[in-house]
Amino acid sequence: MKLKTALMATALTGVAFAAQAQEITVMSWGGAYTKSQVEAYHKPFTATTNIKVNSVDADNPATPIKAQVEAGNVSIDVADVEFSDAVRLCDEGLLEPVDHAMLPAAPDGTPATEDFIEGALQDCAVANIVWSTVYAYNSKNVSGTPTTIADFFDTAKFPGKRGLRKSAKATLEMALMADGVPAGEVYDVLDTDAGVDRAFAKLDSIKSDIVWWEAGAQPPQLLADGEVVMSTAYNGRIFNAAVAENQPLEVVWDGQILDFDLFVVPKGAQNKDAAMQFIAFSTDTQRLADQASWISYGPARKSSGALVGKYSDGKTEMAPHMPTAAANLTNALVNNFEFWVDKDAELNERFNAWLAQ
Amino acid sequence: MTDATANGAPAKLTTADGKPLKAALASAQSHARRRAFFLVLPLLAFIVITFVAPIGQMLHRSFHNDGFTMHEDIGSGVRTPIMTNLKAWFDANPAGTEPTEEAFAALAADMVVLRELKAPGQAGTRINYELSGSRSMFTKAARKANDLEAPFKDAFLDLDKDWNNPDLWRVMRDASSAYTFNFYLAALDLTRNADGSIEQVNENRQVYVTLFSRTLLLSILITVLTFMLGYPIAHLLATLPLRYSNLLMILVLLPFWTSLLVRTTSWMVLLQSQGVVNDSLVGMGLLDDENRLQMMYNQMGTVIAMTHILLPFMVLPLYSVMRPINPSYVRAARSLGATSWTAFRRIYFPQTVPGIGAGALLVFILAVGYYITPALVGGADGQLISNLIAFHMQKSLNWSLAAALAALLLGGILILYWLYDRLIGIDNLKLG
Repeated sequence: MKLKTALMATALTGVAFAAQAQEITVMSWGGAYTKSQVEAYHKPFTATTNIKVNSVDADNPATPIKAQVEAGNVSIDVADVEFSDAVRLCDEGLLEPVDHAMLPAAPDGTPATEDFIEGALQDCAVANIVWSTVYAYNSKNVSGTPTTIADFFDTAKFPGKRGLRKSAKATLEMALMADGVPAGEVYDVLDTDAGVDRAFAKLDSIKSDIVWWEAGAQPPQLLADGEVVMSTAYNGRIFNAAVAENQPLEVVWDGQILDFDLFVVPKGAQNKDAAMQFIAFSTDTQRLADQASWISYGPARKSSGALVGKYSDGKTEMAPHMPTAAANLTNALVNNFEFWVDKDAELNERFNAWLAQ
Repeated sequence: MTDATANGAPAKLTTADGKPLKAALASAQSHARRRAFFLVLPLLAFIVITFVAPIGQMLHRSFHNDGFTMHEDIGSGVRTPIMTNLKAWFDANPAGTEPTEEAFAALAADMVVLRELKAPGQAGTRINYELSGSRSMFTKAARKANDLEAPFKDAFLDLDKDWNNPDLWRVMRDASSAYTFNFYLAALDLTRNADGSIEQVNENRQVYVTLFSRTLLLSILITVLTFMLGYPIAHLLATLPLRYSNLLMILVLLPFWTSLLVRTTSWMVLLQSQGVVNDSLVGMGLLDDENRLQMMYNQMGTVIAMTHILLPFMVLPLYSVMRPINPSYVRAARSLGATSWTAFRRIYFPQTVPGIGAGALLVFILAVGYYITPALVGGADGQLISNLIAFHMQKSLNWSLAAALAALLLGGILILYWLYDRLIGIDNLKLG
C-alpha cells in the first residue's frame, strides 16, 4: 500500500511538472538562417520565459500552413514566411490576427507601429528581417568580374552554368532588369502579356545552362561544388558560406530584389498565447539587431539599425553586407507583394509550362 | 442415398440428418463465406478508413469546389453561404445575359457579406483559378463594400474596368455552383471560351498533356531498361547453387534497405558534371573538360536513378519464377537439336512470362507515380506529372486542380491495367 501511494504520488508530480514546461514550435527555412534565429531569438526566449522552442525546417514554411489549418491539426505555432504568402494566407483566413499594441516600443520610446519599416506590420504578420534575392559567383571559377544583373544572363562573356530559384517570383523580375527595364517599371511591364513574353525570352537565352534550386542551402553548395559558376541565392546564405566557411563566393548587389520575412501564427495553433509572446519578444529592437550578427539580413525596425555591429566572429562588420546598405541599393527592386498575390498562380503556371518544354 | 421411386424419377438427395443436399450445401457454403468475410473485415475496414476514404475525399475535390458558394469559419466551424444574391440573379437570367444594374446591386450586397466574414480572398481565389488577376478585384471591392452605392454598375467600374469583362461573369456563373468539371478541363490544357464551348489553352500555358505523355513514355522506357538489366541478373541468381545465389541476393536486396534519399543523392554525386563519372572520363582522356556529359538535372538523370531504384522490383518476381523452372526442359530441347538461342526462345522464355508480367506491372505502376527522384535529379525536363500534382498541393494550393490531375492519372492507370488484363490476362501473373 505504501509503495503504491509513493508510486502514485511520483507519477502525479511528474505529470504536474510536465504540464508546467510549455513549448512552442517555430518553423523556418533551415540552414544558416534557422541557426541565426536559434541564436538570436530561441535561446534568449527560453532563457527569459522558460518556454521551450522547437525549431523545425521547411523549404518554404508557408506550404504546410493551409493543409494543417484545414485539417484542424496545426502542429506549428509560429512560421516565418515571405510577404506575399503572409498576405495571401491572411486573406484566406488561415492566420491569427496579430495585435500590434502588444509589440514592445523602441528603447527611445517610439511606439512599435512607427518603429517598424513601412509595410513591416500586417494584419496577421510582423516582419523580422529584410532579405534579398541576389546573385553570387564563385571567384575561383569565373574569369573577370561580373558587376551587373545583365552579366548573369551573359553566357558568352562568363561561360558556365547558372543557378536560379525554381519559381517565377524574383526570376522574372531579374530577367526583365537584365533586359534593360529600369527597376521602377519592372512590375508595370510584367503586368502586360508582352512584358511576360519578354522575360521568358530572356530566360530562354540561357535555358539550357540553368540548374534549378529549391532549398536555400543549395546555391552555396552548387557554387562550391563548381556545378554552377553563378547562382541567385538568398543573400544571407552566401554571406555565411563566404565568411563562416571561407568559400570564395562574391555577391553582386546589382538587380537585388528586397523582400520581408514575417512571423505568422496559423489559425488554431495550440499555443497561441505563447506564440504571440514569442513574436513580441523576437521582434524587439535588440533581438533584431542580434540576428544581424549571425547572418546578413537587415532588421525590420529602424531603431535596430544603430545596434548592428560585427558578425559573431568578432571581425567582420555587418553593415556593408546588409541588403539595405546604401552602396547596395543602386539598382534594387522591392518585391511588390500585391502583384504576386494576384499573379502568382498564373505566372507560375506559365513558368511550369515553360520549364516542361 | 438415392431411391428409385415407382415412376422412375430419382428422389431428392438428402444429407444424413434428412436435410436436402442442395440446401445443406448452400448453407455450408454461405457459412464459409461469412466466416471468410469476418476474417477479412478488419483488413477491409483498415483499408477503407486509411486509404479509400481519404483518397475518395481528395478526389471529390476535383469536381467540387465551394470556394465561391460557402464560407466556413475555421475556429467555430460555422458554415455560411456566400454570393447568394449573385447566384439568385444567375438563376433568374440565362447564360450570356449582359450584367445589369440589378446584377451589380446583387454583387454589392454580396461584397458586404464577404467583408464581414473576411472571405473576399477565398471567393477571389476561386475565380482567380480560371481568370488570373481577379483576386485583387475581389479584395479591393470588399474593402470598399460599405461605401458602394447606387448606381452600382458605375461604382464597380470605377473600382476596376474589368468588372465588365464577360469572361469574368461567365467564370462567376460557373463558380456559383459547387460542382464543376472545369478543373478536369484545366488538367487537360483545355478551357472554356466566352460562349461556353471548350477550346485549348494558350500554347505557352500547355503543360499537362505533355507531362502525362512524358510520364507514360519514361515509365515504359524504365520498365524496358529494368527488364533488360534484371533478366540476366535473375537468371544468374536462379541457376547458381544456393550458397552463391543467396550471397548475390543480398547484394540485390541491399539497396532496398538503404534510404531512397541516400540512393538518389549518391547518384547526384556520381552523375553531376563535376562528379565521379565525368571526372574519371576526363581523367582517362575520353572527354574534354568543357564537354562534360550532362547526366544530372535532366531526363537522363531521372531515367538512370529510377532504373536503379526500381531494379529489385523486376529482379525479385523474375527470380521467383525462374527458380522452379526445371533445367531438364532446356537440356531436352538441346538434345533434340535446338540451338541454345532456340531453346531459350521457345522453351525457357515462355515459362518466365508470368514473372515478366508481374515485374513489368510493378515497375510501371511505381514509375508512373514516382515523385522524389524526378524532383531531386530531374531538373526541368525530367519532371513527371506527380511533381506538378505536388506543386499544386503545396505551392499554388489549388487542391481541386491537383485532385483532377491525380484522378486523371488514376483513371489512366486503371485503363492501362484493364488493357493489360485483356491482352495478357491478370491470371498470367506470378510473383513466385
